[in-house]
Amino acid sequence: MAVAARKTSGGGRTDRGAAAETAVDPAVSEVPANNPPPFTEAEDLSAYHEMLLIRRFEEKAGQLYGMGLIGGFCHLYIGQEAVVVGMQMAANEGDEVITGYRDHGHMLACGMDPRGVMAELTGRRGGYSKGKGGSMHMFSKEKAFYGGHGIVGAQVSLGTGLGLANWYREDGKVALVYFGDGAANQGQVYESFNMAELWKLPVVYIIENNKYAMGTSVNRASAQTDFSKRGVSFNIPGEQVDGMDVRAVREAGQRAIDFARSGKGPYILEMQTYRYRGHSMSDPAKYRTKDEVAKMREERDPIEMVRKRLLESHKVGEDELKKIDAKVREIVNDSAEFASHDPEPDPAELWTDILVEVRA
Amino acid sequence: MAIMTYADAAKAGLAEEMRRDPHVWAVGEDLGRGGVFGQYGGMLAEFGPERISDAPISEACIMGAAVGAAMMGTRPVVEMRFSDFALCAIDELVNQAAKARYMFGGQARVPLVVREPIGMWRSSAAQHSQSLESWYTHIPGLVVVCPSSPADNKGLLKTAIRSDDPVVYMEHKGLWPVEGEVPEGDHLVPFGKANVLREGRDVTIVSWSAQVHLCMKAAEQLAKDGIEAEVIDLRTLWPWDKDRVLASVEKTGRLIVAQEAVSVSGFGAEIAATVSETLHGALKAPVKRLGAPRIPVSYAPPLEDKARVTADQIAAAATALVGR
Ligand SMILES: Cc1ncc(C[n+]2csc(CCOP(=O)(O)OP(=O)(O)O)c2C)c(N)n1
Ligand SMILES: [Mg+2]
Repeated sequence: MAVAARKTSGGGRTDRGAAAETAVDPAVSEVPANNPPPFTEAEDLSAYHEMLLIRRFEEKAGQLYGMGLIGGFCHLYIGQEAVVVGMQMAANEGDEVITGYRDHGHMLACGMDPRGVMAELTGRRGGYSKGKGGSMHMFSKEKAFYGGHGIVGAQVSLGTGLGLANWYREDGKVALVYFGDGAANQGQVYESFNMAELWKLPVVYIIENNKYAMGTSVNRASAQTDFSKRGVSFNIPGEQVDGMDVRAVREAGQRAIDFARSGKGPYILEMQTYRYRGHSMSDPAKYRTKDEVAKMREERDPIEMVRKRLLESHKVGEDELKKIDAKVREIVNDSAEFASHDPEPDPAELWTDILVEVRA
Repeated sequence: MAIMTYADAAKAGLAEEMRRDPHVWAVGEDLGRGGVFGQYGGMLAEFGPERISDAPISEACIMGAAVGAAMMGTRPVVEMRFSDFALCAIDELVNQAAKARYMFGGQARVPLVVREPIGMWRSSAAQHSQSLESWYTHIPGLVVVCPSSPADNKGLLKTAIRSDDPVVYMEHKGLWPVEGEVPEGDHLVPFGKANVLREGRDVTIVSWSAQVHLCMKAAEQLAKDGIEAEVIDLRTLWPWDKDRVLASVEKTGRLIVAQEAVSVSGFGAEIAATVSETLHGALKAPVKRLGAPRIPVSYAPPLEDKARVTADQIAAAATALVGR
């Protein structure tokens, strides 16, 4: 056999084989040793509320999916909450956000209405895209959220364009462009890096390294697994950040955003994070061990970390946290209630928003 | 004959070709786990990671590297997961693979199969639902295949792999679990030979891919009203079986083309134009095209459904053509 006759010494072939044959690939590496300054009590309380809202919202979305109220593709953000919440704490109002299909958390953190997000998930009129887009495709110009994209990597060049418009208008805003470890292997990411640095565009690229792209671990897909170095040949500074610690995210985020806002060009943040659930609702996640997930949840959970700080360092009472929990549940239940009863789209909507005038 | 699903039939075809020819290999994202729809399930164990190859998320490079490897004489089967994602690699396919043979005076051959699943699949929305087969029929240098049954999915895939030309192989996402009889062993279905699924004297219904099944349903309804429809499954859009379609329309004098894709500039337009150019005098009624409106596919089921061509619509169109 011509294929088998080739040498297998050195290089990727043998490695690739070994990696693929191992059913489970421990992808979780060491946590970067950041030592972020502490949060005030108010900051910790706010981070707690925001992250909990995302977590409970996602759990509810998972339930509604199980009940058949949500269909199609649905990717949950559970485990990654500290990333977007920490970044939003560092961002100014009006700074743009763009991401892929794992977008519910980003939308809530941008201040979009949970009712509108949940109703889009159930495909109803009151959803952000009037039921036309679903989980992967939402948008809110008002909240500077630019989608919600289903084509992996597409948001990176679009996001570069958000920064381009900021630069063009000299409006002092920064574009926050989120993408995954898997998306980081798309060619347009590097075309974007080059252009953004060349033109000194105000963009922060946030690589959410949750260790897997669907069932493929970072080690099996990436020659350079330190994503903070992906901009080195373009002279873009980068940092690895403990994406499970909202304080570390906020701190690095502030540095990156300030850099970009001051006209020095783009910045890369690799967020070391983890998704607890499968890639999407249909993924049983057999490519990793239960222990790996359990260890993360127990030792690194972003919400638990803040909760502990609130109780131990800030001496906030259990009662107060319970009040927050109750408030969050109320918001989430209300959104689910709305999303279950809001009517389905009017059939006439089929013909709207195709072109400025309907010429279909 | 064995009863198999559309997914398993393709898997059997690919596995047979991989056993037969060591130059055949498959590449795509997350293939080792079995592919999005299980159409590669278990193949890693038999063929190993060099031949059932997991690639990074880099469609342009997957396609380009496969074109290069095909020029060297290997026979890559590229899995693009959804036809929508293949658009990230359109240059490599359309500007490179399709042109190489002609442009280089016949020296370069690109024996490449690109699998691009098409079609609506409940609530997959605008970027995961498109049927883009007609795009590729417009490109000289590409073969376009749209199998509708498990047997064809095996036989056409085997033919595609053995072909020395680049083949855009478009399976329908709604068909993966559909079962049917599949011939064992070397079952090869030639390109350009339509399958007449039902003979009839009153109206010709031409279709391909999943829509074929709705045409058959419509034909059954029509038969109850005494209308005999001839249903033709094209199987391959390029080359397409002009002779068979023309012979049928000559007999029936009436033509319906039914497609799931957007009707505007869809392949149905090519068939309709060819029939009117050739058989103008023989037509007893104007040609009828059925297809999706020129609208992106919606997420919400009621809107998504409104873009589908149903069996009832096909039957109603046939009844109208026949004049009952
Ligand atoms: C162009 C394109 N290729 C492939 C896919 C299928 N796909 C959807 S999500 C995904 C994995 C992406 O992983 P990563 O970037 O790490 O993000 P994560 O899902 O981990 O958040 C793939 C391959 C797609 N949607 N678009
Ligand atoms: Mg990932």
